[in-house]
Amino acid sequence: MTLMIKTTALVAMLSLSACGAGGYFGDTRIEPGAGAAAGSAADPNSVAYFTQTVGDRVLFPVDESSLTVQARATLDDQADWLLRNMEYTALIEGHADEQGTREYNLALGARRAAAVQAYLVDRGIAASRLRTVSYGKERPIEICSEEACYSQNRRSVTVVSAGIGS
Amino acid sequence: MTRFLRLITLALPLVLTSVFAGPVLAQSNPGPLRIEITEGVIEPLPFALPQFIAGNGANDAASDISRVIAADLIGTGLFREIPRSAHISPVTSFDSPVQYNDWQAINAQALITGSVTMEGGQMVVRFRLFDVFSEEPLGSGLQFVGSPENWRRMAHNVADQVYERITGEGGYFDTRVVFVAEEGPKNARLKRIALMDYDGANVQFLTDSRSIVLAPRFSPSGDRILYTSYETGFPRVYVMDLATVQRRPLDDLDGNMSFAPRFSPDGQSVVYSSEAGGNTDIYLMNLRTGQRTRLTDSPSIETAPSFSPDGTQIVFESDRSGTQQIYIMSVNGGEARRISRNDGRYGTPVWSPRGDLIAFTNQQGGRFHIGVMRTDGSEERLLTSSFLDEGPTWAPNGRVIMFTRETAGADGAPAIYSVDISGRNLQRVSTPGMASDPAWSPLLR
Repeated sequence: MTLMIKTTALVAMLSLSACGAGGYFGDTRIEPGAGAAAGSAADPNSVAYFTQTVGDRVLFPVDESSLTVQARATLDDQADWLLRNMEYTALIEGHADEQGTREYNLALGARRAAAVQAYLVDRGIAASRLRTVSYGKERPIEICSEEACYSQNRRSVTVVSAGIGS
Repeated sequence: MTRFLRLITLALPLVLTSVFAGPVLAQSNPGPLRIEITEGVIEPLPFALPQFIAGNGANDAASDISRVIAADLIGTGLFREIPRSAHISPVTSFDSPVQYNDWQAINAQALITGSVTMEGGQMVVRFRLFDVFSEEPLGSGLQFVGSPENWRRMAHNVADQVYERITGEGGYFDTRVVFVAEEGPKNARLKRIALMDYDGANVQFLTDSRSIVLAPRFSPSGDRILYTSYETGFPRVYVMDLATVQRRPLDDLDGNMSFAPRFSPDGQSVVYSSEAGGNTDIYLMNLRTGQRTRLTDSPSIETAPSFSPDGTQIVFESDRSGTQQIYIMSVNGGEARRISRNDGRYGTPVWSPRGDLIAFTNQQGGRFHIGVMRTDGSEERLLTSSFLDEGPTWAPNGRVIMFTRETAGADGAPAIYSVDISGRNLQRVSTPGMASDPAWSPLLR
């Protein structure tokens, strides 16, 4: 039991940091690596600028991981930002809408995250700076059961953080 | 956690003995009182269950045990209870002769009598089953001895015996379900692995809600579970020992996602999905040697593997054809044959413990269905239909299925339902809150 409590405490720290970096509780992101000086969205090297102006997410068609023209444009901008801000690494989250079984959606989210990763690597980002994770249908951002919400949930989110190697 | 530990250890010494000389369940032909489940029962069999005779200090237990036995039987949809107010002759002693005429008069086809006594700190539950119209006992009287906090298990044991003698099928009441207990809004769900009796009693939580947890599965002997947790920030499969609540990651491949685990029938191996570079394939892990074998090698998604009960084959889903479909391959991997043939997408196949059927999730026309098909894909039947049904799990007798049903919309919530394999008796399973991903244990005895 003592061993388990220790493990749990350690895990709590890990998942807290993952949670902060994952930012899956909506658009309000708390970036542990971003200092106050770099916090302004007006600063093109800030995380806020990356999230709001560059755009941290791209959307996918139903049951697909192919990148649309719009997705490629966003990812081009993400790549530019990452090339300007070499001290940042990125965690690419893949997500699916609720119209699918749990396991399949996990695998589909992984496919989407990998498609984004492959594109960014192709644009010159070192693979060692990019990590992927799939949440499947576990973390929808919109919660209605209509295409208006589904289309926002079929997404990848690129979560950048400073310093910490992936 | 302490309560859980005690429950496991004290549950084991449960003793089953025959009240009379002669072999237990000696009667190979149960006589005319019989329900053929396969024929699709429309009219439930009426039974009478006078409250069990209580010994000193066992009044509450006698009442509670009688109630649980009746609830087990009624919950199958195969039986109905004749209310006690209709009973003509009171049963005053466990050994008093049965007044068959009085039970025939109220059309009770089965009569269940019993007693509950305390003997040396142990609870003793005795019961007899009678075929009222044949005017004879159905099988031997039996007694169960256990500690008083195990009264529910003893009630389930009695109900399993009644069910088995009348249907000729294995019982499934003395079982547990491991599942995911959920709380919070749809975009920030908190999930915990939880354990309960099959009927929703005795809920215990096995993990906290700091990390997303998914799809727990029982080992064949019920002593361990597998589940997927995001506790490192990435989904990984864990093995938990239920007696100690200690867990460990299944493999040490930190960079990979792993999920969708299931035990082999001998409990020595785990088949699961592992992802690398966006591609998900199926692997087999030997728990003793730690050796990991890749079973599929394809750029498509291969997931949701489940063993055949003889351990020689694995059923799984793949989108190699362009959509999710169900395939069967050897436990050594290699060539797979597709068995799903009809409309829509097919996922989450689970092999019946009897070996005869595969349960699955089917998605078509914007709706989800739980269904069953034979292992060659024939005789497909869709049992349910809703906005979102998924993830079937089999009762140990292969006659009942539990699954997750989630309602639509911003307030959509998951719950656990059960249905029998004829599609009848759809019921919501009692859980303390939102619940998903049920997995049924083997019979505990």
